[in-house]
Amino acid sequence: MEHFISLFVRSIFVDNMVFAFFLGMCSYLAVSKSVKTAIGLGIAVTFVQLITLPVNYLLQTKVLGPDAIVAGVDLSFLAFILFIAVIAGIVQLVEMIVERFSPALYASLGIFLPLIAVNCAIMGGSLFMQQRIAMDASNSQAILSFWDSVAFALGSGLGWALAIILFAAVREKMEYSIVPKPLRGLGIAFITVGLMALAFMCFSGIKM
Amino acid sequence: MAALFSKKNQEAFSSPFLKNNPVTVQVLGICSALAVTNKLEPAIVMGLSVTVIVAMANVIISLIRKTIPNRIRIIIQLVVVAALVTMVSEVLKAFAYDVSVQLSVYIGLIITNCILMGRLEAFAMQNGPWASFLDGIGNGLGYALILIIVAFFRELFGSGTLLNYPVMEKLGLYEIGYINNGLMLMAPMAFFLIACIIWVQRAKDKSLQE
Repeated sequence: MEHFISLFVRSIFVDNMVFAFFLGMCSYLAVSKSVKTAIGLGIAVTFVQLITLPVNYLLQTKVLGPDAIVAGVDLSFLAFILFIAVIAGIVQLVEMIVERFSPALYASLGIFLPLIAVNCAIMGGSLFMQQRIAMDASNSQAILSFWDSVAFALGSGLGWALAIILFAAVREKMEYSIVPKPLRGLGIAFITVGLMALAFMCFSGIKM
Repeated sequence: MAALFSKKNQEAFSSPFLKNNPVTVQVLGICSALAVTNKLEPAIVMGLSVTVIVAMANVIISLIRKTIPNRIRIIIQLVVVAALVTMVSEVLKAFAYDVSVQLSVYIGLIITNCILMGRLEAFAMQNGPWASFLDGIGNGLGYALILIIVAFFRELFGSGTLLNYPVMEKLGLYEIGYINNGLMLMAPMAFFLIACIIWVQRAKDKSLQE
């Protein structure tokens, strides 16, 4: 249980997808102009992460891993193709289910869902999970069971959502400040993310 | 022969270096541009891998572009790219194991690198194979250019070496009290360096300013 909580908290703050691993930067920079859309995309990413990562965990341990199907066969080189197929398939499925059962949610999340299939934070989460399965049990980043993968999925999704919502709030205020002309837009956005990453580095000393 | 290097094809090849750079102007493929630039060597390998994959994916998609049903084109593009990335990853593991360990998950993340999807959607779906090939090479090298600039400064000032050759030590700077700037190796400096590149580029080319 302790490991479960530690993994969850670490993946939000210490191993933040944006500030520590630079994942999902494209949509992070493109969709952070207002807090409202940032919240929508943040929820959508967390949601998709929470579904795809445990599915990919089962795929990795039951199908792809060493000795999983046939003894002596290691299929993990197929992971890239299978993971991306699972992600694209699930995104499509989620889009259809949400459209059918909750038109209101679809209206607010719908435009973001196709974007998420190619969000590196989702694919990155699955690839990190693949690495962490092999880690030693004493390592606080190790993923040892199905529930650990759920904790990591929820934590990394929420961490990404937190990062984009905070950044959108800063960016809204920045509209009113005087920025040197060549730095306007993209340049100052990078500097802001850099400063936020510096601030998030102070979490890295936390041990649980 | 003249048709092969027509004005449009030259444009497709050369514009991604500066005027239409994938990283600093189109804002594509930032994730890996920041993550693999601690050292020069992985940055060069990453840049070359992306160039090869973009060019090949562009050619394949451009060859089958008329037969792809519009509704499932994203999945088809992803599968083509994922197959290419798997091949490159296996080749790296076989011939450059140390670098592939340093690059860790970021090789796999080329699949979701926005440069690929961006170029496939914007260029390869409308143009022939040869033009798409040039566009892929151009965009890949434009991306590699930014990676190499960032990695050059991060490795030189962060660890005092270039391609693991101890430049600062040979210059004798440590004896007169020079100390490496450890912050250069941390995540935030990558953001600041890219911001500086954007600053310089947009100060020179006013048409890019927002």
